Amino acid sequence: MKKLLNLTFALFMASTSVLFAQEEEGHKSLHKVPSVKLLDMDGNEVNTADLGFDGPVIFSFWATWCSPCKRELNTIQDLYVDWQEETGVTLVAVSIDDERTKNGVQMYVDGKGWEYLVLMDTNSDFKRAMGVNNVPHTFLVDTDGNIVYSHNNYAPGDEELLYEHLLELVKKDK
Amino acid sequence: MKTTYALLASVLTFGAWAQQNGPAINGNIETTFQYLNEDPVIEATQPPQKGLLNSYMNVFYNDGKFKAGLRMESYLPRIQGYPSTFDGTGLGMRYIGYQNDFVDVTLGSIYEQFGNGLAFRTYENRALGYDNFLDGARVIIKPGRGLKIKGVYGYQRQAFLEGQIVHGKGLVRGLDAEWNINSFKESWKNKKLNVTIGASFVSKYQKDDREDLILPENVGAYGGRIAMRYKKFTLNGEYIFKGQDPSFDNSDIYNTGHAAVINFGYSQKGLGIMLAAKSVDNMSFRSDRDEKLQNVLINYLPAMNKVHSYNLVASLYPWATQPVGEIAYQGEIVYTAKKNKKVFGKYGTTFNANVSTAYRPNRDVSVYNPLDSNGIAYKTGVFDMSDSLYWRDVNFSIYRKLNKALNLRVSYFNITMNNNVNKVAAYGKGYINVNVAVLEVGYKINKKHSLRGEFQTLFINKVEEHVVDSYGDTTLQSVLNDRGNWITGLIEYNVSPHWFFSVMDQINLENKASVYSVNHIVDPSVKNVDIFGANLPGVHHFYFSVGYIRESTRITIGYGRQRAGLFCVGGICRTVPASNGLTLSFTQSF
Repeated sequence: MKKLLNLTFALFMASTSVLFAQEEEGHKSLHKVPSVKLLDMDGNEVNTADLGFDGPVIFSFWATWCSPCKRELNTIQDLYVDWQEETGVTLVAVSIDDERTKNGVQMYVDGKGWEYLVLMDTNSDFKRAMGVNNVPHTFLVDTDGNIVYSHNNYAPGDEELLYEHLLELVKKDK
Repeated sequence: MKTTYALLASVLTFGAWAQQNGPAINGNIETTFQYLNEDPVIEATQPPQKGLLNSYMNVFYNDGKFKAGLRMESYLPRIQGYPSTFDGTGLGMRYIGYQNDFVDVTLGSIYEQFGNGLAFRTYENRALGYDNFLDGARVIIKPGRGLKIKGVYGYQRQAFLEGQIVHGKGLVRGLDAEWNINSFKESWKNKKLNVTIGASFVSKYQKDDREDLILPENVGAYGGRIAMRYKKFTLNGEYIFKGQDPSFDNSDIYNTGHAAVINFGYSQKGLGIMLAAKSVDNMSFRSDRDEKLQNVLINYLPAMNKVHSYNLVASLYPWATQPVGEIAYQGEIVYTAKKNKKVFGKYGTTFNANVSTAYRPNRDVSVYNPLDSNGIAYKTGVFDMSDSLYWRDVNFSIYRKLNKALNLRVSYFNITMNNNVNKVAAYGKGYINVNVAVLEVGYKINKKHSLRGEFQTLFINKVEEHVVDSYGDTTLQSVLNDRGNWITGLIEYNVSPHWFFSVMDQINLENKASVYSVNHIVDPSVKNVDIFGANLPGVHHFYFSVGYIRESTRITIGYGRQRAGLFCVGGICRTVPASNGLTLSFTQSF
């Protein structure tokens, strides 16, 4: 009988812990950044679900042949120092350049003086896993890896809205 | 009893772990509907169904350890320009897998690349209708100390017919090992010199089904690679050798093949330099020797030239690697000048210059002996180049932000292409040489409203051609090559974050419908009218589009004439086929 009680108790604990986890995070708990391993520009392997940053993260999918992508990232570059100071955000620029154009990535990034973490998604594994149809596509992710906002396409001014969402997120975390 | 507790404890810890990392479900949907008109002026045809519909939806599950994914695809029927290997509705891709820090196992549809892809790459590009995943098994093992070993085994997706995946005939097996030497010892990790080496072996098996030839049933490709970084310099290269592989592509010759690439880069803040070289010979590698087009390619031989995004440069005369053989070089420099504010402005000026060439390999055909049955057609070497030009592209651009609201980019492109080798232009003769100039202006009206305009001109070389005059006599005349000269104008109006509107007109300046007929012979049945029914000088390709974007949802409506190629408008870039009509598209990520 004691055995049975113990067992029931353990089962109860196990199921509630799972249930509780689901309830607490609500439907957003499923909208997370999947784990894909990519290389950064120094050749180090990075797990997209575990970047190890303290603050929020912006993932921005781009390519060297995509002019609106470059417009977006060049615009944010001018604001990036302020954004970092105010919100502790890190921008991760995910290049979907394949073998044909990937050798131009480092050249462009340095030529433009970008301060972002640049990841190479040469075979589009992360692009596929994140459900990106076309570039540019930008995701705002909180410190728990939840995707809280995303935007497909870039028009001048879109960075303002991204910044508003970023501020809102930081306020909520505090 | 103890085991029960252990089991429950593991369930508990799993629950806690799942709470921490959380399962993720991601995916996307894309639907494109077309209603097309018959348009003989641009040789666009109306399909018998009139309406066309492409859709797909991806769903992926990933909780850090378990992963699974599937894609439903639907072509009812496929949109114009899509390959005929896409048809029906059904499950087009599916996989399950498990991963931890040591091992990563996947069963089902696999997208993978070894090194630079010269030996093995399975890839998808839904906009182009390209999907050659390997259906089978993949294991990745990371024993630590920077070592990574990958193994793949399976059949490729060749087509999707009546909603079913159709596999290629040949079995593909591959093994790849990569080692980042600096990860071997903790003390090497922060060394200035970083070196990664790798080696791969790929083999395909296909039964010998020919009576007139003795075909190799197992064909192997193997080679090695190295990637080095020292401070701001990078140098990497790969060499792949392929065994005898008589095929449709190489006209059943028994030569071996090779592919080699070398890339060099140097960059510092404000300056980037890139140099690259490539040598390819007899390197078409498919899991079915009789296949053609983009079907069941096992490897990827990237074109060594810049991907342009302006319409006239991107869509009219593109170059693709000749797998049969080519030697190619490319160099590029990006420099942002900031110091002299008087000359280069408050925000600086960015200069970009790029040169690429491709040549025919040098082939010694004297080794060919028709009496000998070895089937060796010629002899060549790595980077053994002839002076026969295939392709050359010299281009530069200058970008300047004049003030907070206004920016300008001026670009110039000079492209020479051997149309006899890579028949891109249906009416082109011999060498096509074009000069393209582009002016792009961006203007930010206020915080949310902005305008962008492009003005492009393309001038083509002249060739000698036999022309029939009004008296019925044939004379040799100097006429413009292919379809003649072009002008493009584009105006885009963006309202952040929801709306965009654009109007584009591409004008073929030859003032007759005959520019689309072979040998410039006038076809009186084709009346040159634009989409409004007006008879303007030149052949007009008006295209209007309106888009609505709400977070990761995007709805676009386009109407008009469209040339095939990379199409960058409304803040995204897509590859599109030639058409005249209405296109509705919907994309959603979740």
